[in-house]
Amino acid sequence: MAEPAISFQGVTRRYPQKGGAGDVVALQDIALDVPQGAITGIIGRSGAGKSTLLRMVNGLERPSSGQVIVNGHDVGAASDSALRGIRREVGMIFQHFNLLASRTVAQNIALPLEIAGVDPLNISRRVEELIARVGLTAQTSRYPAELSGGQKQRVGIARALATGPRVLLSDEATSALDPDTTRQVLDLLKDINRDLGLTILLITHEMAVVRDICSHVAVIEAGKIVEAGETYAVFSRPTHPTTRSFLQGVTGVAVPQFVAGQLRPEPDSPQAEAVVQITFTGRHATDPMLARLTSERGVSVNILAGAIEEIGDKPFGSLIVGLPLARLDESRRFLEEHGLLTEVLGYVG
Amino acid sequence: MSANLIPILWESLLQTLYMVAMSTALGTLIGAPLGIFLATSRRGELLSAPVLNSVLGLIVNAARSTPFIILVVAIIPLTRLIAGTSIGTTAAIVPLTIAAAPFIARLIETAIREVDAGLIEAARAMGATPGQIVRKVLIPEAMPGIILGLTLAVVSLIGYSAMVGAVGGEGLGDLGIRYGYQRFMPEVMLAVVIILIVLVQLVQSLGEWIAARFDKRAPRNRGR
Repeated sequence: MAEPAISFQGVTRRYPQKGGAGDVVALQDIALDVPQGAITGIIGRSGAGKSTLLRMVNGLERPSSGQVIVNGHDVGAASDSALRGIRREVGMIFQHFNLLASRTVAQNIALPLEIAGVDPLNISRRVEELIARVGLTAQTSRYPAELSGGQKQRVGIARALATGPRVLLSDEATSALDPDTTRQVLDLLKDINRDLGLTILLITHEMAVVRDICSHVAVIEAGKIVEAGETYAVFSRPTHPTTRSFLQGVTGVAVPQFVAGQLRPEPDSPQAEAVVQITFTGRHATDPMLARLTSERGVSVNILAGAIEEIGDKPFGSLIVGLPLARLDESRRFLEEHGLLTEVLGYVG
Repeated sequence: MSANLIPILWESLLQTLYMVAMSTALGTLIGAPLGIFLATSRRGELLSAPVLNSVLGLIVNAARSTPFIILVVAIIPLTRLIAGTSIGTTAAIVPLTIAAAPFIARLIETAIREVDAGLIEAARAMGATPGQIVRKVLIPEAMPGIILGLTLAVVSLIGYSAMVGAVGGEGLGDLGIRYGYQRFMPEVMLAVVIILIVLVQLVQSLGEWIAARFDKRAPRNRGR
Protein backbone atom coordinates (compact mmCIF):
# COMPACT_ATOMS: atom_id res chain seq x y z
CA MET A 1 0.00 0.00 0.00
CA ALA A 2 1.17 3.54 -0.77
CA GLU A 3 2.54 5.75 1.98
CA PRO A 4 -0.28 7.66 3.67
CA ALA A 5 -0.25 11.41 2.96
CA ILE A 6 -0.77 12.14 6.63
CA SER A 7 -0.14 9.80 9.51
CA PHE A 8 -1.07 10.43 13.13
CA GLN A 9 0.90 8.12 15.39
CA GLY A 10 -0.14 7.96 19.02
CA VAL A 11 -0.93 11.68 19.08
CA THR A 12 -1.98 13.17 22.39
CA ARG A 13 -2.61 16.85 23.10
CA ARG A 14 -2.95 18.15 26.64
CA TYR A 15 -3.65 21.71 27.67
CA PRO A 16 -2.32 22.67 31.09
CA GLN A 17 -4.94 24.32 33.25
CA LYS A 18 -4.36 27.54 35.14
CA GLY A 19 -3.90 26.91 38.85
CA GLY A 20 -2.53 23.41 38.22
CA ALA A 21 -5.97 21.81 38.30
CA GLY A 22 -4.77 18.99 36.05
CA ASP A 23 -4.52 18.99 32.26
CA VAL A 24 -7.36 19.03 29.81
CA VAL A 25 -6.85 16.24 27.32
CA ALA A 26 -8.03 17.46 23.91
CA LEU A 27 -6.78 14.47 21.96
CA GLN A 28 -5.87 11.06 23.26
CA ASP A 29 -3.65 8.55 21.54
CA ILE A 30 -4.86 9.25 18.01
CA ALA A 31 -3.72 6.77 15.39
CA LEU A 32 -4.98 7.54 11.91
CA ASP A 33 -3.66 7.27 8.37
CA VAL A 34 -4.99 9.64 5.74
CA PRO A 35 -4.58 8.01 2.34
CA GLN A 36 -2.82 9.78 -0.53
CA GLY A 37 -5.13 11.43 -3.06
CA ALA A 38 -8.34 10.67 -1.18
CA ILE A 39 -10.89 12.91 0.50
CA THR A 40 -11.02 12.02 4.17
CA GLY A 41 -13.54 13.45 6.59
CA ILE A 42 -13.18 13.75 10.32
CA ILE A 43 -16.59 14.13 11.87
CA GLY A 44 -17.35 15.04 15.44
CA ARG A 45 -19.38 17.36 17.59
CA SER A 46 -17.99 20.72 18.65
CA GLY A 47 -15.36 20.25 21.33
CA ALA A 48 -14.59 16.69 20.21
CA GLY A 49 -11.07 17.73 19.22
CA LYS A 50 -11.36 17.66 15.44
CA SER A 51 -10.16 21.22 15.05
CA THR A 52 -7.06 20.57 17.15
CA LEU A 53 -6.38 17.42 15.14
CA LEU A 54 -6.62 19.28 11.82
CA ARG A 55 -4.29 22.05 13.02
CA MET A 56 -1.60 19.53 13.86
CA VAL A 57 -1.19 18.77 10.18
CA ASN A 58 0.25 22.22 9.44
CA GLY A 59 1.77 22.74 12.86
CA LEU A 60 -0.66 25.40 14.07
CA GLU A 61 -0.96 23.02 17.03
CA ARG A 62 1.78 20.72 18.25
CA PRO A 63 1.24 17.31 19.83
CA SER A 64 2.15 16.85 23.50
CA SER A 65 3.30 13.37 22.54
CA GLY A 66 3.23 11.20 19.45
CA GLN A 67 4.06 12.10 15.87
CA VAL A 68 2.28 13.72 12.95
CA ILE A 69 3.93 12.79 9.66
CA VAL A 70 2.93 14.86 6.61
CA ASN A 71 4.48 14.14 3.22
CA GLY A 72 7.29 12.39 5.08
CA HIS A 73 8.01 15.32 7.46
CA ASP A 74 7.60 15.04 11.22
CA VAL A 75 5.57 18.22 11.68
CA GLY A 76 5.50 18.18 15.46
CA ALA A 77 9.30 18.15 15.66
CA ALA A 78 9.97 20.63 12.83
CA SER A 79 11.82 23.88 13.53
CA ASP A 80 9.99 27.15 12.85
CA SER A 81 11.69 27.65 9.50
CA ALA A 82 11.21 24.02 8.43
CA LEU A 83 7.58 24.38 9.44
CA ARG A 84 7.12 27.38 7.15
CA GLY A 85 8.37 25.24 4.27
CA ILE A 86 6.00 22.41 5.15
CA ARG A 87 3.09 24.85 5.38
CA ARG A 88 3.59 25.87 1.74
CA GLU A 89 2.88 22.26 0.81
CA VAL A 90 -0.32 22.25 2.85
CA GLY A 91 -3.21 24.56 1.89
CA MET A 92 -5.98 25.42 4.32
CA ILE A 93 -9.52 26.77 3.99
CA PHE A 94 -11.68 28.06 6.83
CA GLN A 95 -15.29 28.23 7.95
CA HIS A 96 -15.24 32.04 7.98
CA PHE A 97 -13.00 32.26 4.90
CA ASN A 98 -10.38 34.48 6.60
CA LEU A 99 -9.90 36.69 3.57
CA LEU A 100 -8.16 40.06 3.87
CA ALA A 101 -10.81 42.78 3.59
CA SER A 102 -8.20 45.22 2.31
CA ARG A 103 -7.26 43.06 -0.67
CA THR A 104 -9.15 42.30 -3.88
CA VAL A 105 -9.90 38.74 -4.97
CA ALA A 106 -6.71 38.65 -7.06
CA GLN A 107 -4.61 40.20 -4.29
CA ASN A 108 -5.94 37.72 -1.73
CA ILE A 109 -5.00 34.80 -3.95
CA ALA A 110 -1.58 36.37 -4.51
CA LEU A 111 -0.81 36.58 -0.78
CA PRO A 112 0.65 33.08 -0.26
CA LEU A 113 2.76 33.56 -3.40
CA GLU A 114 4.09 36.89 -2.10
CA ILE A 115 4.88 35.18 1.19
CA ALA A 116 6.74 32.43 -0.64
CA GLY A 117 8.77 35.07 -2.50
CA VAL A 118 7.48 34.32 -6.00
CA ASP A 119 8.33 37.10 -8.48
CA PRO A 120 5.46 39.44 -9.46
CA LEU A 121 5.27 38.31 -13.09
CA ASN A 122 4.77 34.68 -12.14
CA ILE A 123 2.34 35.70 -9.41
CA SER A 124 -0.03 37.43 -11.81
CA ARG A 125 0.07 34.53 -14.24
CA ARG A 126 -0.60 31.98 -11.51
CA VAL A 127 -3.38 34.10 -9.96
CA GLU A 128 -5.15 34.40 -13.30
CA GLU A 129 -5.01 30.63 -13.71
CA LEU A 130 -6.41 30.04 -10.21
CA ILE A 131 -9.22 32.56 -10.63
CA ALA A 132 -10.30 30.78 -13.81
CA ARG A 133 -10.05 27.43 -12.00
CA VAL A 134 -12.57 28.49 -9.33
CA GLY A 135 -14.76 30.41 -11.78
CA LEU A 136 -14.35 33.94 -10.45
CA THR A 137 -12.95 35.71 -13.52
CA ALA A 138 -15.68 38.37 -13.35
CA GLN A 139 -14.86 39.14 -9.71
CA THR A 140 -11.08 39.54 -10.08
CA SER A 141 -10.89 43.09 -8.74
CA ARG A 142 -13.79 42.94 -6.29
CA TYR A 143 -13.24 43.12 -2.55
CA PRO A 144 -14.44 40.31 -0.24
CA ALA A 145 -17.22 42.53 1.17
CA GLU A 146 -18.76 42.57 -2.31
CA LEU A 147 -18.87 38.77 -2.63
CA SER A 148 -21.39 36.12 -1.56
CA GLY A 149 -20.38 33.43 0.93
CA GLY A 150 -19.88 30.85 -1.82
CA GLN A 151 -17.69 33.23 -3.82
CA LYS A 152 -15.63 34.01 -0.73
CA GLN A 153 -14.99 30.31 -0.16
CA ARG A 154 -13.94 29.96 -3.81
CA VAL A 155 -11.38 32.68 -3.21
CA GLY A 156 -10.29 30.77 -0.10
CA ILE A 157 -9.88 27.61 -2.15
CA ALA A 158 -7.93 29.38 -4.91
CA ARG A 159 -5.69 30.96 -2.27
CA ALA A 160 -5.11 27.58 -0.61
CA LEU A 161 -4.10 26.09 -3.96
CA ALA A 162 -1.80 28.96 -4.94
CA THR A 163 1.50 27.42 -3.86
CA GLY A 164 0.62 24.06 -5.40
CA PRO A 165 0.16 22.11 -2.16
CA ARG A 166 -0.17 18.32 -2.00
CA VAL A 167 -2.56 18.42 0.91
CA LEU A 168 -5.62 20.61 1.47
CA LEU A 169 -7.07 21.06 4.95
CA SER A 170 -10.67 22.16 5.26
CA ASP A 171 -11.92 23.52 8.57
CA GLU A 172 -15.74 23.36 8.39
CA ALA A 173 -15.50 25.06 5.00
CA THR A 174 -19.19 24.76 4.22
CA SER A 175 -20.68 25.23 7.68
CA ALA A 176 -21.43 28.92 7.10
CA LEU A 177 -23.02 28.32 3.69
CA ASP A 178 -26.57 27.56 2.56
CA PRO A 179 -27.34 24.09 1.12
CA ASP A 180 -27.07 25.11 -2.56
CA THR A 181 -23.77 26.89 -2.07
CA THR A 182 -22.51 24.01 0.07
CA ARG A 183 -23.25 21.69 -2.82
CA GLN A 184 -21.26 23.87 -5.24
CA VAL A 185 -18.27 24.22 -2.93
CA LEU A 186 -18.23 20.46 -2.28
CA ASP A 187 -18.37 19.81 -6.02
CA LEU A 188 -15.42 22.15 -6.51
CA LEU A 189 -13.44 20.29 -3.82
CA LYS A 190 -14.28 17.01 -5.48
CA ASP A 191 -13.14 18.37 -8.84
CA ILE A 192 -9.78 19.59 -7.59
CA ASN A 193 -9.26 16.34 -5.73
CA ARG A 194 -9.79 14.46 -8.97
CA ASP A 195 -7.95 16.85 -11.31
CA LEU A 196 -4.93 17.58 -9.14
CA GLY A 197 -4.75 14.32 -7.20
CA LEU A 198 -4.80 16.48 -4.08
CA THR A 199 -5.22 14.82 -0.69
CA ILE A 200 -8.03 16.54 1.18
CA LEU A 201 -8.56 16.27 4.93
CA LEU A 202 -11.69 17.97 6.14
CA ILE A 203 -13.42 18.35 9.45
CA THR A 204 -17.15 18.75 9.72
CA HIS A 205 -20.08 18.15 12.00
CA GLU A 206 -22.37 17.31 9.09
CA MET A 207 -22.61 13.70 7.97
CA ALA A 208 -24.05 14.93 4.66
CA VAL A 209 -20.65 16.42 3.78
CA VAL A 210 -18.98 13.08 4.47
CA ARG A 211 -21.62 11.24 2.46
CA ASP A 212 -21.28 13.58 -0.50
CA ILE A 213 -17.52 13.77 -1.00
CA CYS A 214 -15.49 11.68 1.45
CA SER A 215 -14.16 8.29 0.46
CA HIS A 216 -12.80 7.80 3.98
CA VAL A 217 -14.13 8.89 7.35
CA ALA A 218 -13.03 8.99 10.96
CA VAL A 219 -15.47 9.65 13.77
CA ILE A 220 -14.05 11.51 16.73
CA GLU A 221 -15.64 11.70 20.16
CA ALA A 222 -14.15 13.31 23.28
CA GLY A 223 -10.63 13.33 21.84
CA LYS A 224 -10.62 9.77 20.59
CA ILE A 225 -11.19 8.22 17.19
CA VAL A 226 -14.09 5.84 17.78
CA GLU A 227 -14.52 4.56 14.26
CA ALA A 228 -12.60 4.94 11.00
CA GLY A 229 -12.46 3.42 7.56
CA GLU A 230 -13.91 3.72 4.11
CA THR A 231 -17.03 5.84 4.24
CA TYR A 232 -18.98 3.12 2.57
CA ALA A 233 -18.03 0.49 5.12
CA VAL A 234 -18.62 2.79 8.09
CA PHE A 235 -21.99 3.87 6.74
CA SER A 236 -23.20 0.36 6.13
CA ARG A 237 -21.92 -1.13 9.39
CA PRO A 238 -21.70 1.62 11.99
CA THR A 239 -20.58 0.14 15.30
CA HIS A 240 -20.27 3.14 17.61
CA PRO A 241 -23.34 4.96 18.97
CA THR A 242 -21.86 8.33 17.95
CA THR A 243 -21.55 7.18 14.36
CA ARG A 244 -25.12 5.90 14.44
CA SER A 245 -26.42 9.16 15.75
CA PHE A 246 -24.54 11.10 13.07
CA LEU A 247 -25.94 8.77 10.44
CA GLN A 248 -29.52 9.27 11.50
CA GLY A 249 -31.36 11.23 8.90
CA VAL A 250 -28.40 11.21 6.53
CA THR A 251 -28.60 7.72 5.15
CA GLY A 252 -31.52 5.53 4.48
CA VAL A 253 -34.98 6.45 5.42
CA ALA A 254 -37.17 6.99 8.42
CA VAL A 255 -40.04 4.72 9.44
CA PRO A 256 -43.24 6.40 8.13
CA GLN A 257 -45.35 8.19 10.74
CA PHE A 258 -48.37 5.86 10.53
CA VAL A 259 -46.14 2.85 11.23
CA ALA A 260 -43.94 4.50 13.80
CA GLY A 261 -46.97 5.16 16.02
CA GLN A 262 -47.87 1.47 16.19
CA LEU A 263 -44.35 0.09 16.52
CA ARG A 264 -43.85 -2.28 19.50
CA PRO A 265 -40.58 -3.73 20.76
CA GLU A 266 -42.16 -7.20 20.96
CA PRO A 267 -44.83 -8.83 18.75
CA ASP A 268 -48.33 -8.75 20.27
CA SER A 269 -49.59 -11.77 18.32
CA PRO A 270 -48.30 -14.50 15.99
CA GLN A 271 -49.98 -12.63 13.12
CA ALA A 272 -47.80 -9.53 13.71
CA GLU A 273 -45.60 -8.00 11.04
CA ALA A 274 -41.92 -7.32 11.67
CA VAL A 275 -40.63 -3.92 10.52
CA VAL A 276 -37.16 -4.49 9.13
CA GLN A 277 -34.56 -2.09 7.81
CA ILE A 278 -32.59 -3.59 4.94
CA THR A 279 -29.33 -1.99 3.89
CA PHE A 280 -28.05 -2.74 0.41
CA THR A 281 -24.33 -2.48 -0.02
CA GLY A 282 -21.97 -2.67 -2.96
CA ARG A 283 -23.08 -4.58 -6.02
CA HIS A 284 -26.11 -5.94 -4.16
CA ALA A 285 -27.61 -2.48 -4.10
CA THR A 286 -28.87 -3.00 -7.59
CA ASP A 287 -29.91 -6.67 -7.29
CA PRO A 288 -33.66 -7.32 -7.12
CA MET A 289 -33.33 -9.25 -3.85
CA LEU A 290 -36.82 -8.53 -2.55
CA ALA A 291 -38.36 -9.82 -5.77
CA ARG A 292 -36.33 -12.99 -5.38
CA LEU A 293 -37.44 -13.33 -1.75
CA THR A 294 -41.02 -13.30 -2.98
CA SER A 295 -40.60 -15.50 -6.06
CA GLU A 296 -38.16 -18.07 -4.62
CA ARG A 297 -39.41 -18.25 -1.04
CA GLY A 298 -42.97 -17.10 -1.42
CA VAL A 299 -42.63 -14.42 1.28
CA SER A 300 -44.83 -11.39 0.75
CA VAL A 301 -42.92 -8.19 1.33
CA ASN A 302 -44.63 -4.96 2.31
CA ILE A 303 -42.44 -1.99 1.32
CA LEU A 304 -42.90 0.94 3.71
CA ALA A 305 -40.11 3.32 2.70
CA GLY A 306 -36.92 3.30 0.71
CA ALA A 307 -34.15 5.21 -0.99
CA ILE A 308 -31.00 4.57 -2.97
CA GLU A 309 -28.16 7.12 -2.93
CA GLU A 310 -24.49 7.29 -3.68
CA ILE A 311 -21.89 7.17 -0.95
CA GLY A 312 -18.21 7.18 -1.77
CA ASP A 313 -19.21 6.77 -5.42
CA LYS A 314 -21.00 3.49 -4.72
CA PRO A 315 -24.74 2.87 -4.64
CA PHE A 316 -26.11 2.59 -1.13
CA GLY A 317 -29.71 1.54 -0.62
CA SER A 318 -31.91 1.47 2.37
CA LEU A 319 -35.41 -0.01 2.59
CA ILE A 320 -37.90 -0.36 5.38
CA VAL A 321 -40.23 -3.30 4.84
CA GLY A 322 -42.85 -5.28 6.67
CA LEU A 323 -42.31 -9.06 6.83
CA PRO A 324 -44.71 -11.65 8.27
CA LEU A 325 -43.48 -12.70 11.72
CA ALA A 326 -43.69 -16.39 10.86
CA ARG A 327 -41.23 -16.00 8.00
CA LEU A 328 -38.96 -13.42 9.63
CA ASP A 329 -35.93 -15.56 10.55
CA GLU A 330 -35.95 -17.39 7.23
CA SER A 331 -36.22 -14.12 5.26
CA ARG A 332 -33.42 -12.45 7.19
CA ARG A 333 -31.17 -15.45 6.62
CA PHE A 334 -31.92 -15.38 2.90
CA LEU A 335 -31.14 -11.67 2.62
CA GLU A 336 -27.96 -11.84 4.74
CA GLU A 337 -26.69 -14.78 2.71
CA HIS A 338 -26.90 -12.48 -0.29
CA GLY A 339 -24.86 -9.75 1.34
CA LEU A 340 -27.62 -7.48 2.60
CA LEU A 341 -27.81 -6.13 6.14
CA THR A 342 -31.02 -6.43 8.11
CA GLU A 343 -32.12 -4.94 11.36
CA VAL A 344 -35.48 -5.42 13.08
CA LEU A 345 -36.83 -2.04 14.15
CA GLY A 346 -39.98 -3.37 15.85
CA TYR A 347 -43.30 -5.07 15.33
CA VAL A 348 -46.76 -3.99 14.26
CA GLY A 349 -50.01 -5.68 15.29
CA MET B 1 -9.54 93.79 14.96
CA SER B 2 -6.79 95.85 13.46
CA ALA B 3 -5.22 94.73 10.22
CA ASN B 4 -1.74 94.45 11.73
CA LEU B 5 -2.91 91.45 13.80
CA ILE B 6 -3.47 89.35 10.67
CA PRO B 7 0.27 88.66 10.09
CA ILE B 8 0.67 87.70 13.75
CA LEU B 9 -2.27 85.29 13.52
CA TRP B 10 -0.85 83.84 10.32
CA GLU B 11 2.59 83.41 11.86
CA SER B 12 1.08 81.73 14.93
CA LEU B 13 -0.94 79.39 12.75
CA LEU B 14 2.22 78.35 10.92
CA GLN B 15 4.00 77.77 14.25
CA THR B 16 1.12 75.59 15.45
CA LEU B 17 1.09 73.60 12.21
CA TYR B 18 4.88 73.18 12.42
CA MET B 19 4.75 71.89 16.01
CA VAL B 20 1.80 69.57 15.37
CA ALA B 21 3.21 68.21 12.11
CA MET B 22 6.66 67.56 13.56
CA SER B 23 5.42 65.98 16.76
CA THR B 24 2.90 63.82 14.87
CA ALA B 25 5.61 62.60 12.50
CA LEU B 26 8.16 61.94 15.26
CA GLY B 27 5.49 60.54 17.59
CA THR B 28 4.38 58.12 14.88
CA LEU B 29 7.96 57.12 14.17
CA ILE B 30 8.32 56.07 17.81
CA GLY B 31 4.70 55.13 18.53
CA ALA B 32 3.98 52.93 15.52
CA PRO B 33 6.63 50.26 16.14
CA LEU B 34 5.84 50.43 19.84
CA GLY B 35 2.11 49.98 19.16
CA ILE B 36 2.72 47.10 16.77
CA PHE B 37 4.95 45.43 19.34
CA LEU B 38 2.43 45.94 22.15
CA ALA B 39 -0.31 44.45 19.97
CA THR B 40 1.61 41.30 19.12
CA SER B 41 3.83 40.43 22.07
CA ARG B 42 1.61 39.13 24.84
CA ARG B 43 2.13 35.51 25.84
CA GLY B 44 1.38 33.16 22.98
CA GLU B 45 1.09 35.94 20.42
CA LEU B 46 3.09 36.42 17.24
CA LEU B 47 6.18 38.04 18.78
CA SER B 48 5.54 36.57 22.24
CA ALA B 49 7.66 38.53 24.74
CA PRO B 50 5.42 38.91 27.78
CA VAL B 51 7.99 40.51 30.09
CA LEU B 52 9.05 43.21 27.64
CA ASN B 53 5.40 43.74 26.77
CA SER B 54 4.55 44.40 30.43
CA VAL B 55 7.52 46.71 30.96
CA LEU B 56 6.75 48.78 27.85
CA GLY B 57 3.08 48.82 28.74
CA LEU B 58 3.97 50.23 32.16
CA ILE B 59 6.18 52.96 30.67
CA VAL B 60 3.47 53.90 28.17
CA ASN B 61 0.89 54.13 30.93
CA ALA B 62 3.19 56.23 33.10
CA ALA B 63 3.84 58.66 30.25
CA ARG B 64 0.15 58.88 29.46
CA SER B 65 -0.94 59.52 33.03
CA THR B 66 1.41 62.48 33.50
CA PRO B 67 -0.53 65.72 32.90
CA PHE B 68 0.91 67.38 29.83
CA ILE B 69 1.74 70.69 31.48
CA ILE B 70 3.74 68.82 34.16
CA LEU B 71 5.48 66.75 31.49
CA VAL B 72 6.53 69.94 29.70
CA VAL B 73 8.37 71.36 32.73
CA ALA B 74 9.55 68.02 34.10
CA ILE B 75 11.54 67.18 30.98
CA ILE B 76 13.14 70.61 30.48
CA PRO B 77 16.66 69.12 30.97
CA LEU B 78 15.96 66.51 28.30
CA THR B 79 14.53 69.15 25.99
CA ARG B 80 17.67 71.25 26.42
CA LEU B 81 19.80 68.18 25.66
CA ILE B 82 17.92 67.35 22.46
CA ALA B 83 16.95 70.77 21.08
CA GLY B 84 19.86 72.75 22.51
CA THR B 85 17.41 75.08 24.22
CA SER B 86 14.30 74.68 26.35
CA ILE B 87 12.56 77.72 24.94
CA GLY B 88 10.85 78.26 21.60
CA THR B 89 8.79 76.49 19.01
CA THR B 90 11.36 73.87 18.11
CA ALA B 91 12.03 73.08 21.76
CA ALA B 92 8.29 72.56 22.27
CA ILE B 93 8.36 69.70 19.79
CA VAL B 94 10.24 67.55 22.34
CA PRO B 95 7.51 67.39 25.02
CA LEU B 96 4.81 67.22 22.33
CA THR B 97 6.52 64.19 20.76
CA ILE B 98 7.00 62.52 24.13
CA ALA B 99 3.31 62.99 24.87
CA ALA B 100 2.27 61.87 21.39
CA ALA B 101 4.35 58.69 21.08
CA PRO B 102 2.69 56.59 23.83
CA PHE B 103 -0.73 57.90 22.85
CA ILE B 104 -0.17 56.93 19.22
CA ALA B 105 1.27 53.58 20.35
CA ARG B 106 -1.94 52.75 22.23
CA LEU B 107 -4.14 53.89 19.32
CA ILE B 108 -2.21 51.72 16.86
CA GLU B 109 -2.21 48.80 19.30
CA THR B 110 -6.00 49.05 19.55
CA ALA B 111 -6.40 49.22 15.77
CA ILE B 112 -4.20 46.16 15.26
CA ARG B 113 -5.96 44.18 17.97
CA GLU B 114 -9.19 44.73 16.04
CA VAL B 115 -7.84 42.58 13.17
CA ASP B 116 -9.57 39.19 13.15
CA ALA B 117 -7.35 36.48 14.68
CA GLY B 118 -8.49 34.19 11.85
CA LEU B 119 -6.43 36.26 9.41
CA ILE B 120 -3.29 35.71 11.47
CA GLU B 121 -4.02 32.00 11.54
CA ALA B 122 -4.55 31.95 7.76
CA ALA B 123 -1.25 33.75 7.19
CA ARG B 124 0.58 31.39 9.56
CA ALA B 125 -0.93 28.45 7.67
CA MET B 126 0.57 29.93 4.48
CA GLY B 127 4.01 29.79 6.03
CA ALA B 128 4.32 33.54 6.69
CA THR B 129 7.04 34.81 9.05
CA PRO B 130 5.95 37.09 11.92
CA GLY B 131 7.43 40.04 9.99
CA GLN B 132 5.41 39.17 6.89
CA ILE B 133 2.25 38.85 8.97
CA VAL B 134 2.81 42.34 10.40
CA ARG B 135 3.60 43.93 7.02
CA LYS B 136 1.18 42.09 4.77
CA VAL B 137 -1.75 41.37 7.05
CA LEU B 138 -1.90 43.36 10.29
CA ILE B 139 -0.93 46.83 9.07
CA PRO B 140 -3.00 46.84 5.83
CA GLU B 141 -6.04 45.38 7.60
CA ALA B 142 -5.76 47.84 10.50
CA MET B 143 -5.16 50.84 8.21
CA PRO B 144 -8.61 52.47 8.49
CA GLY B 145 -8.38 52.23 12.29
CA ILE B 146 -4.80 53.49 12.31
CA ILE B 147 -5.74 56.55 10.19
CA LEU B 148 -8.65 57.39 12.51
CA GLY B 149 -6.33 56.95 15.50
CA LEU B 150 -3.76 59.30 14.01
CA THR B 151 -6.52 61.82 13.32
CA LEU B 152 -7.45 61.69 16.99
CA ALA B 153 -3.77 62.14 17.89
CA VAL B 154 -3.42 65.21 15.65
CA VAL B 155 -6.52 66.80 17.17
CA SER B 156 -5.17 66.16 20.67
CA LEU B 157 -1.79 67.59 19.70
CA ILE B 158 -3.43 70.78 18.42
CA GLY B 159 -4.90 71.11 21.93
CA TYR B 160 -1.58 70.29 23.65
CA SER B 161 0.29 72.75 21.44
CA ALA B 162 -1.70 75.56 23.03
CA MET B 163 -0.08 74.72 26.36
CA VAL B 164 3.55 74.91 25.27
CA GLY B 165 3.38 78.70 25.54
CA ALA B 166 4.49 77.92 29.09
CA VAL B 167 7.97 77.21 27.71
CA GLY B 168 7.84 79.89 25.04
CA GLY B 169 6.44 77.50 22.47
CA GLU B 170 4.42 80.21 20.68
CA GLY B 171 1.70 79.19 18.26
CA LEU B 172 -2.02 79.99 18.31
CA GLY B 173 -2.71 79.01 21.91
CA ASP B 174 0.14 81.14 23.15
CA LEU B 175 -1.08 84.07 21.05
CA GLY B 176 -4.55 83.73 22.51
CA ILE B 177 -3.19 83.84 26.07
CA ARG B 178 -0.74 86.68 25.55
CA TYR B 179 -2.91 89.01 23.45
CA GLY B 180 -6.39 87.88 24.26
CA TYR B 181 -6.01 87.39 28.02
CA GLN B 182 -2.97 89.36 29.20
CA ARG B 183 -3.51 92.37 26.88
CA PHE B 184 -7.30 92.36 27.15
CA MET B 185 -7.92 91.83 23.42
CA PRO B 186 -10.90 89.47 23.40
CA GLU B 187 -11.17 89.73 19.59
CA VAL B 188 -7.76 88.01 19.32
CA MET B 189 -8.94 85.26 21.66
CA LEU B 190 -12.06 84.83 19.52
CA ALA B 191 -10.04 84.73 16.29
CA VAL B 192 -7.71 82.09 17.76
CA VAL B 193 -10.61 79.95 18.91
CA ILE B 194 -12.33 80.17 15.53
CA ILE B 195 -9.12 79.26 13.68
CA LEU B 196 -8.61 76.26 15.98
CA ILE B 197 -12.20 75.10 15.47
CA VAL B 198 -11.80 75.29 11.68
CA LEU B 199 -8.41 73.55 11.88
CA VAL B 200 -9.77 70.66 13.96
CA GLN B 201 -12.75 70.30 11.64
CA LEU B 202 -10.46 70.13 8.62
CA VAL B 203 -8.16 67.57 10.23
CA GLN B 204 -11.10 65.41 11.34
CA SER B 205 -12.78 65.48 7.92
CA LEU B 206 -9.54 64.78 6.10
CA GLY B 207 -8.77 61.86 8.44
CA GLU B 208 -12.21 60.35 7.97
CA TRP B 209 -11.96 60.75 4.20
CA ILE B 210 -8.59 58.99 4.05
CA ALA B 211 -9.77 56.24 6.40
CA ALA B 212 -12.83 55.64 4.21
CA ARG B 213 -10.56 55.32 1.17
CA PHE B 214 -8.67 52.55 2.94
CA ASP B 215 -11.78 50.84 4.26
CA LYS B 216 -12.97 48.05 1.94
CA ARG B 217 -14.98 46.29 4.63
CA ALA B 218 -18.37 47.64 3.56
CA PRO B 219 -19.63 47.36 -0.01
CA ARG B 220 -19.11 50.69 -1.77
CA ASN B 221 -21.98 52.61 -3.31
CA ARG B 222 -21.44 52.16 -6.97
CA GLY B 223 -22.67 54.33 -9.81
CA ARG B 224 -23.11 57.53 -7.86
